[in-house]
Amino acid sequence: MQISVQKEPFDLGQIAQEFAAGHRHMGAIVTFTGVVRDSDTDDLDAMEIEHYPGMTERAIAKIATQAASRWDLGDVLVIHRFGRLTPGEQIMMVATAAPHRKDAFEAAEYLMDYLKSRAPFWKKEVTSSGTSWVDAKPEDEDALSRW
Amino acid sequence: MIELLYFAWVRERIGLPKEHIETQASTVAELINELIAKEDRYALAFSDLSAIRVALDQDLIDDFTASLEGVREVAFFPPMTGG
Repeated sequence: MQISVQKEPFDLGQIAQEFAAGHRHMGAIVTFTGVVRDSDTDDLDAMEIEHYPGMTERAIAKIATQAASRWDLGDVLVIHRFGRLTPGEQIMMVATAAPHRKDAFEAAEYLMDYLKSRAPFWKKEVTSSGTSWVDAKPEDEDALSRW
Repeated sequence: MIELLYFAWVRERIGLPKEHIETQASTVAELINELIAKEDRYALAFSDLSAIRVALDQDLIDDFTASLEGVREVAFFPPMTGG
């Protein structure tokens, strides 16, 4: 299990390569990458991401452990950034390795659903007209009920 | 002595990221009521409790009736928006 909460950007290609390498019995590698999306009116200057050092790592480890106990996984990776990010920058990624693709896909979706509303991160949008905290969406909470 | 941590708009409304306080409260709900009675900025931060999430020693709790016995760190924050 590899978990990193970091300010710095990450090299998606390199991390995916390294994660995929050396898994002789893993037939499926799934990766998901989250990117800062500009607003429909192109006015997003930045996304500021705050987190709760200590609890963040602990909450992610708990989510990853739950995924590993639920699906047949060889390995799990989670990277989540914090600080000030601009549109187009990569915010986070998850990767799962499993003998079969169904486990790899489902576990990656489970990780994403839980990271969204159970890992202590908060996003604030910075636009030319000011700043505003991003509200949690009811559907993010609803997404957990399917698991 | 207990450490209180505030994040996101809870931190902004209260005006500080953390503080140490002496409290008589035995549950999270009692602690919130103590804070609300203290100053307006706390009353503002806790005006809608449905928008407040709480972690005790870095574990999320579901219920504000949770006991503070043995707890060193209480964090208050809005619903999380990771991913």
